[in-house]
Amino acid sequence: MKLVASIRWRVALLIIVVAVMGGFLDGWLPQDVFSAASTLIRIDGSSTVFPITEAVAEEFQKETRGSVRVTVGISGTGGGFKKFCRGETDVQDASRPISAGEMEACRAGGVQFYELPIAFDALTLAVSPQATWINSVTVDELKRMWEPSAQGRIMKWSQVRPDWPDQPLKLFGAGSDSGTFDYFTEAVVGKAKSSRGDFTASEDDNTLVQGIANDKHALGYIPFAYYEPNKKRLKAVSVDGGHGPVSPSRETVENGSYQPLSRPLFIYVSTKSVARPDVKKFVEFYLAQVPVLAPQVKYVPLPPQAYALAGEHFKNGRYGTAFQGGSMIGMKIEDLLRREAKL
Amino acid sequence: MTPIQQKIARRKALDRFFAFEGLMVMTAALLVLLVLVGQLMFDGLSRLSWQFLTSFPSRFPAQAGIVSAWVGTILVMLVTAMAAIPLGVGAAIYLEEYAPKNWATELIEINIANLAGVPSIVYGLMALGLLVYQFRLGQSFLTAGLTLGMLILPMVIIATREAILAVPPYVREAAYALGATKWQTVRDHVVPYSMGGMLTGMILALSRAVGETAPLITVGALSFIAFLPHPPWQDNFPYVSFQWLFDPFTVMPIQMFNWVSRPQEEFHVNAAAAGLILLAMTVVMNAVAIVIRARFRKRIHW
Repeated sequence: MKLVASIRWRVALLIIVVAVMGGFLDGWLPQDVFSAASTLIRIDGSSTVFPITEAVAEEFQKETRGSVRVTVGISGTGGGFKKFCRGETDVQDASRPISAGEMEACRAGGVQFYELPIAFDALTLAVSPQATWINSVTVDELKRMWEPSAQGRIMKWSQVRPDWPDQPLKLFGAGSDSGTFDYFTEAVVGKAKSSRGDFTASEDDNTLVQGIANDKHALGYIPFAYYEPNKKRLKAVSVDGGHGPVSPSRETVENGSYQPLSRPLFIYVSTKSVARPDVKKFVEFYLAQVPVLAPQVKYVPLPPQAYALAGEHFKNGRYGTAFQGGSMIGMKIEDLLRREAKL
Repeated sequence: MTPIQQKIARRKALDRFFAFEGLMVMTAALLVLLVLVGQLMFDGLSRLSWQFLTSFPSRFPAQAGIVSAWVGTILVMLVTAMAAIPLGVGAAIYLEEYAPKNWATELIEINIANLAGVPSIVYGLMALGLLVYQFRLGQSFLTAGLTLGMLILPMVIIATREAILAVPPYVREAAYALGATKWQTVRDHVVPYSMGGMLTGMILALSRAVGETAPLITVGALSFIAFLPHPPWQDNFPYVSFQWLFDPFTVMPIQMFNWVSRPQEEFHVNAAAAGLILLAMTVVMNAVAIVIRARFRKRIHW
């Protein structure tokens, strides 16, 4: 019995210690993170857009002194749209426009949305610096490498271009749940999600960087934000979209010459959520800050008119998509603007 | 040397050989562990600071920190312990002390042993369907804690049963001889005497749960949270608040995973530093288990 009694004492002591520690924590942490805020903005979607949205969310929470809580998840563009169309999230990060199937899902879920382009990314074709034979590639050659019928057939560099070495061709690319995969296949093969299956696929771009850097015979596509810090280990291949080879950079994306692999990134905002003042404020803050924040995380901002126009659409309540589930390959910034204007 | 001495010498040599082999295997295993921890220290130690522990995640690696992650981990563990321990201990006591020894009990026991071996991602998928969508608990601390609770429940049951089995039958018989009921026997003798083993099992199960990532990703752990959950207390009556249970969550392994997948090298250093903290948390939990076991062992007088 004595033993049991002493256990009870211990438990009581433990509870007191926890309570005291809790009190200590209360005094020590900045008060504003605990404020009575109950508003929560839920964001999910593309891992490519994540760094931008994270930067905006970070600044927004500093700005509002923690009175609005923002969470950002990474489910991929496709996975995020599933949640968005069920009404589980307020804002959706997307590295491609909404697809026809997803529009249908949103209609079924009663979710209407604003479509706001926020930045550009350049899909970068990368090889190992040891791959001295390749400096540029045409879109047609890329198609021959990546189309479904290449599976098990195009296995050597020399099969794509005769003066390339008679060595194995090892391909690296994005996993099939990512918007990057959808965009690349649509831009190169001509149909979204249509790709050979026998390549090394990963949702984690660092895995791709690692794989390409360590293999002389590798070729893969990664977002520009992953190429930039790994410039010493990777070589970017110029892409010839019909007007001569162009290498990826902020300039070539801005002037529209890096085609067809520069792509716009979007956020989608549910109209229901915009009825809440905190979400409305967040989106306005997003459009105002993203020109400064996007370059910090290695993305190319849109020209100022694009943000102005997007802001106007948002202010005037013009919702819906400019793409109608269709293609957007080869779109220059001016095209995008015109398209948004016609909404 | 007589033949018998030769034989003895040979056997002793064999004995020494085995001891040597054992030592080698152990050294190799420890060496691998040492290299791993060393690598982690080498990468992450320079990043550890008070600022790292008290800052929220950020796009600037140097300003980023893990406060939302470690607070999240501790709270999720709290819910996990609250869910798994009472259920697990209760189930184990019933199975060991009360349940009739028949085929139904046998079936349950086999299933518990099997459940302990189910991969954690399966629990995550079940929790997504059951807790998130069916019970509408959302992507919250409650869901995360219950998911990990289900994951470690079989382990808690098995450890508790082992501890109860270690109580010699004559302790129970002595209690019965003095007229104690079954419940009195269990409460005053079996449970106190097996407490050390039970607590060790629980803490080992919890230290497995602390590193789980897969089931939490499926139930919707978030990658960026720059606020803390609601505090568990409030200014007016009843002073205790459970709103934090329904707040969105993140945990240490998720934060590490996010940093490792960033392009910048500096974030990988952050991940290593977070790994060190997670390692320290596990070591502390295990140390607590050892201390508790030692204290309870000392007090048992049979």
